[in-house]
Amino acid sequence: MSSLAIEKLTKRFGASVAVDELDLSVREGELVALLGPSGCGKTTTLRMVAGFLPPSSGRVLFDKEEVTRLPAYKRATGMVFQSYALFPHMSAADNVGFGLEMRGLNAADRRKKVEDALKLVRLSHLAERLPRQLSGGQQQRVALARALVINPRIFLLDEPLSNLDAKLRAEVRLEIRSLQQRLGLTTLMVTHDREEALTMADRLVVMESGRVRQIGTPRELYDAPKDAFVADFVGRCNILAGRRESETQFRTGSGLLLPVDSATDECKDATAFALRPERITLQAGGGADGIQGRLKAVTYMGAQTEYVVAVGAEALVIVQSTPHADEPLAALKPGDMVSLDWDRKAPRLVPQALPRV
Amino acid sequence: MFLRLTDQPSLGRVLVRTLIAVAYLIIFAPVVMIVVTSFFAQEIISFPPPGLSLQWYANAWGKPEFFRGLSTSLEIALLAAAIGVPIGTAAALAIVRGEFPWRGGLSSFLLAPLAVPGVVAGSGLYMLYVMAEDFFDRDIKATTEGLVAAHTLLAIPWTVRLVVASLQGLDRRAEEAAANLGANPFTVFRRITLPMMRPGIVAAAMFSFIQSFENLDLSMLLVGPGRITLPVAMLNYLEFRIDPTLAAVATVQITLVGLLMVVTDRFVKLSRVV
Repeated sequence: MSSLAIEKLTKRFGASVAVDELDLSVREGELVALLGPSGCGKTTTLRMVAGFLPPSSGRVLFDKEEVTRLPAYKRATGMVFQSYALFPHMSAADNVGFGLEMRGLNAADRRKKVEDALKLVRLSHLAERLPRQLSGGQQQRVALARALVINPRIFLLDEPLSNLDAKLRAEVRLEIRSLQQRLGLTTLMVTHDREEALTMADRLVVMESGRVRQIGTPRELYDAPKDAFVADFVGRCNILAGRRESETQFRTGSGLLLPVDSATDECKDATAFALRPERITLQAGGGADGIQGRLKAVTYMGAQTEYVVAVGAEALVIVQSTPHADEPLAALKPGDMVSLDWDRKAPRLVPQALPRV
Repeated sequence: MFLRLTDQPSLGRVLVRTLIAVAYLIIFAPVVMIVVTSFFAQEIISFPPPGLSLQWYANAWGKPEFFRGLSTSLEIALLAAAIGVPIGTAAALAIVRGEFPWRGGLSSFLLAPLAVPGVVAGSGLYMLYVMAEDFFDRDIKATTEGLVAAHTLLAIPWTVRLVVASLQGLDRRAEEAAANLGANPFTVFRRITLPMMRPGIVAAAMFSFIQSFENLDLSMLLVGPGRITLPVAMLNYLEFRIDPTLAAVATVQITLVGLLMVVTDRFVKLSRVV
C-alpha cells in the first residue's frame, strides 16, 4: 500500500473548471471519502487519480512517486465502479483473474489467488457464474475481489453502494469497511450519500464547485461544520439566516432571538445559525422557560419521531427518540403548543458560505 | 404486458390480438404460398391442387443452372460478408469512438447504399465497371471479384448500422476497469471491447450474408456466363417457363436463410441486437 497525495490538481473542461486546485493527502491505510453534490468534481478527481482523465495542471503522487502522466494501466490502482463494470463475457473467476493475468502470473498461481479473493468476499461457490447470473450484491463483491486481488497501491471506490437496496447497502458498507481496515488499504472513495461517508470514512472531504469546503473526521464535520453548506451536507440541520446579537443571542432574519453561547466562536460575523434536529429537546405544553412554538407536523419514523415546530416566523425540525405510548409527548398533534430547549453550546454560528481562500 | 392488466377479455384486447394475427398473416402469406405450391402436382398453378408431388424438386435438382447459381451465390455472399463486415466494423468504431469533425458525414455516406434503389446502383456500377475495364484492360463485369465488390456495398451499411448500435450500448466502464487492472489499450480492445461487440458483429455478418444471398436487383447487370447468382438464375428461368420449379428452389432458399437465422440466434439473441 502507498499513501496518496494530490497537489493543486485542476481539471478544466473548456471554460468550466471541474476541479480547482485541489490539495489532499490520504495516509497509508486511511479511508478518505469525497462527499459532495453531483457536479462538485469528486468523480473527476477520482478519475484523475485512476488515470482515466489527464489533469489540466497539478500533480498526483503515490508515495513520493509522481504518477500524473502515467497511463491508467501502469498505475496499479484497484477501482470499484458504480456500475461494477464487470466483463459480461467472463465468469466471476475470470473477472477476478484478469488483473493477475495482465501481471503475467501463471495459471496455477492465478487460480490460487482467485480462490482466495473469492473466499474473501464469500463467493467461492459462484466462481463459474457469468455476471448476468449474479445478483447486484454479488456482482458488487466480484468487483471488490477483482480490485483487491492485484494488491493495488491505492484502492478507489466510485459510489460503491448506490446501486444496492437499503438493506444490502448497510451490509456491504460494513463489509467494505472491515476489509479496508483488515487489509490496511489506502482508499479514496467518492459518494454523494452522507450516511455512507460518515459511517465508512476516517476523514471526509466536503467538496463543492470543484473546491474543498472542509476536511475533517466525520465527527468534526458533523459537530463543527465551518459553514452552512457543510452543516447541511453532512447531516440534517436547522439553518436560520441572521446575525449574532450578543455572545448569548442570535437574531434571525425574521427578528427571532435564539439562545446561543458564542463566546468561544471564532466567527464573530456569522450569518447563519446551525442546529442539528436531535440536539433540540421538546416538551408538551407552552411551559414558562424554553422557546415557545406551535407544532405543525409529526412524522412517526419507527425508532424516531420527527416534529416540525413553528417558532415565530421560523420553522424548526426536531428529531427525538419515539416516546412511549403513555408519555405526554406521544399524544402531541399538530396545532398543540410546545416548548423547545437546547444546550447553549449546541448551535453553531457559521458563515453562509466559506469565503474563497 | 399491457394486454394482461385484467383477466377479462375486453373488446380492446380482442381487437389488438386480431390485428396482430392479421399482420402475421400478411407477412407470412407469400412465404407459405410459395412453400405450398412447390408441392403441387400440376404445372399450371390452380386451387385446389389435383395432387401433391415432389417432382418440382426433382426437376430443380436436374437443372445445373440452379446448382451453379446456388454455389455462386453462396461463394459471393460469404466473400462479401467476409470483406464488408471488417470494413464496416472498423468504420463503426471510427464513427462512435473517433474524434474527427466529419464523423456524421462518414456515417451518412456509409449508410447511403441503403437509400439507393438496387437497379440504379447496379446500373451505376455497370458503367463504372465498363470504364474500369477499359482503364485496367481486364474483365470486371461478370467476374466473381466484380460481384463481390458490388455485394460488399450491401454488407458495409448493414454492418455500420448494427455495430454502431452495439457500440453505443457498450459499457465503457468495463474498458476502464480492464485498463485499471493493467491491460494496455490493445489488450483492452482485444479482450474486452471486441468480445462485447460480438453480438453486433455476428448479426452484421448474418444480415450481410442474407442481403447478398438474396440480392437480385443490384446483381442483374453484373452477372455473366458462368457467374450467375441464384436469384438471377431464377429470374432467367421465369422468362421461359412458369411452373412450381421456382417455388421448389425458393423453398430451399427460404429454408437455408431460416436455418442461418436459427443458428445465429443460438449465439446471439437477434431480438437484442436488431
